[in-house]
Amino acid sequence: MANEVCFRTLHKDRPWRLETYQSEGGYEALKRILADRTSQEEIIEAVKKSGLRGRGGAGFPTGLKWSFINRAAPGDKYVVVNSDEGEPGTFKDRDILRYNPHALIEGMIICGYAIGAKAGFNYIRGEFWEPYERFEGALAEAREAGLLGENILGSGFDFDIHTHLGAGAYICGEETALLESLEGKKGQPRFKPPFPAMFGLYGRPTVINNTETLASVPDIIRQGADWFRGIGVENSGGPKLFSVSGNVVRPGNYEVPMGMPFAELLELAGGMRDGRPCKAVIPGGSSAPVLPGDVMMDLTMDYDSIAKAGSMLGSGAVIVMDDTNCMVKVLDRISYFYYEESCGQCTPCREGTGWMHRVVHRIETGAGRTEDLDLLDDVAKKIMGRTICALGDAAAMPVAGFIKHFRDEFQYHVDHKKCMV
Amino acid sequence: MSMRSEPMVRVDRREDKDALFTPEVRREIDAWIAKYPDGWQQSACMAALRIVQDMNGGHLTRSLMDQVADYLDMPAIAVYEVASFYSMYEHKPVGRHKICLCTNVSCMINGSDGILEHLSNRLGIGFGQITADGKFSLKEVECLGACGGAPMMQIGRTYYENLTPELVDQILDGLE
Repeated sequence: MANEVCFRTLHKDRPWRLETYQSEGGYEALKRILADRTSQEEIIEAVKKSGLRGRGGAGFPTGLKWSFINRAAPGDKYVVVNSDEGEPGTFKDRDILRYNPHALIEGMIICGYAIGAKAGFNYIRGEFWEPYERFEGALAEAREAGLLGENILGSGFDFDIHTHLGAGAYICGEETALLESLEGKKGQPRFKPPFPAMFGLYGRPTVINNTETLASVPDIIRQGADWFRGIGVENSGGPKLFSVSGNVVRPGNYEVPMGMPFAELLELAGGMRDGRPCKAVIPGGSSAPVLPGDVMMDLTMDYDSIAKAGSMLGSGAVIVMDDTNCMVKVLDRISYFYYEESCGQCTPCREGTGWMHRVVHRIETGAGRTEDLDLLDDVAKKIMGRTICALGDAAAMPVAGFIKHFRDEFQYHVDHKKCMV
Repeated sequence: MSMRSEPMVRVDRREDKDALFTPEVRREIDAWIAKYPDGWQQSACMAALRIVQDMNGGHLTRSLMDQVADYLDMPAIAVYEVASFYSMYEHKPVGRHKICLCTNVSCMINGSDGILEHLSNRLGIGFGQITADGKFSLKEVECLGACGGAPMMQIGRTYYENLTPELVDQILDGLE
């Protein structure tokens, strides 16, 4: 039960080629939709029923997002893909782009059909040159085969896809910042509402989904919503790509059913390196609060299980840490990241991320004070919920999480001016 | 944040665009402009900045940014905003090979500190610096989305993963 959707072609030679994708059922869903003239409602209903939720981190139900588009509205609508993969620990979309770009292309076309869009943009982070070229190659193959462009397969349906390259900004993974960036501006998030479904790219109705989300769509249509839903568990339909990194024997991407016990996923990744104990795990990218290893061992990899433990499944980036890691140092690095990447628009985030980093850093370097732990909690609380986008929360949550679970380690740093480990 | 459904309008539109850049660079920028709806050539600003930066050996200048503004009918300030917001644009000279080393969590856990030490010792430079011969520069970057191959670095357009000091030496030895 692995590699059933986004990694369907992975076991084959040159998995990114059109012929490889087609040998695994690729473009069958699109062909059927165009031949049967399947109604837009039916497609949106199928995606809703499949239980597919946004794979970029927020976990919003995909079908519901599509249903927010006013399909009767005149004028252009857009499909936008968020391939601005930048959440520390996450490296799955890169592999979808490199190894199965046609699944994304087919998913984009199906989405365009379902919402009445004629154009789609794939926003790929600027550093991803190899994935960008791979995706461009796939677009050329699809156009050549009549699967993309005007009058797709003689159906009268037009849809074209363009790639946009980012230039290094974590914040552009936030959907409205990404739209601003696509419009040629600095990537600062917009106020919501209006949501992109109403006022998106160029002010037009827009669906914006993560790469993995859209790449999952063709198989939902081809094999059925129930099939997809059945792979996962309640509230977490389908399989999911987990990017496992850190102190494991075989770091990498694993596409496995949602609800798989963490212990099993860890085993797939070869277990802990050098047989060391699993001290801590960040289960969903660096924004997700850290959890102690023994807590993780009892959890399953789905939205509800991780949420109940006080963290989140996020992007599915699982960072595994053994007992040689100092939690203060790890938080020092994470807090620096958010300080570096805050777009500067909202005062609590712009100033607060700097405060948090400076305080964590002084604890890490042996200049911490006892009151610093409460100060950190206080600053984190003053950022949470007070910013336009979720970056503020994303910066605050890890601070609260690390101190909650590893307070003694922080205290030891303050008291002894050095590391416990 | 600026939420508008129209592109920014510039009143003093430059007509002699053929005087800007080279025909190759113009052709490359035009291919990006063609992706976006009519009137939205500003969407090609990021690509145009990257193209002229590459043309200029890896960094931007005020004059290049002004020319991009002229070419795309954008106010110069709008181009400066973009050029200063995104981390891949450089405003000072960089080495012929810009080494971007990730030091974020997964790379840190897997020894990026040691890779940095090795690079610094070998090249005699730290982050933000360039070797005297202009061959290499070193830059600290945030997560590049290749944590399965940590520690990693990017040189030019290429990712190098699962780095060890020996592998770093091999890679650098292989660069002209």
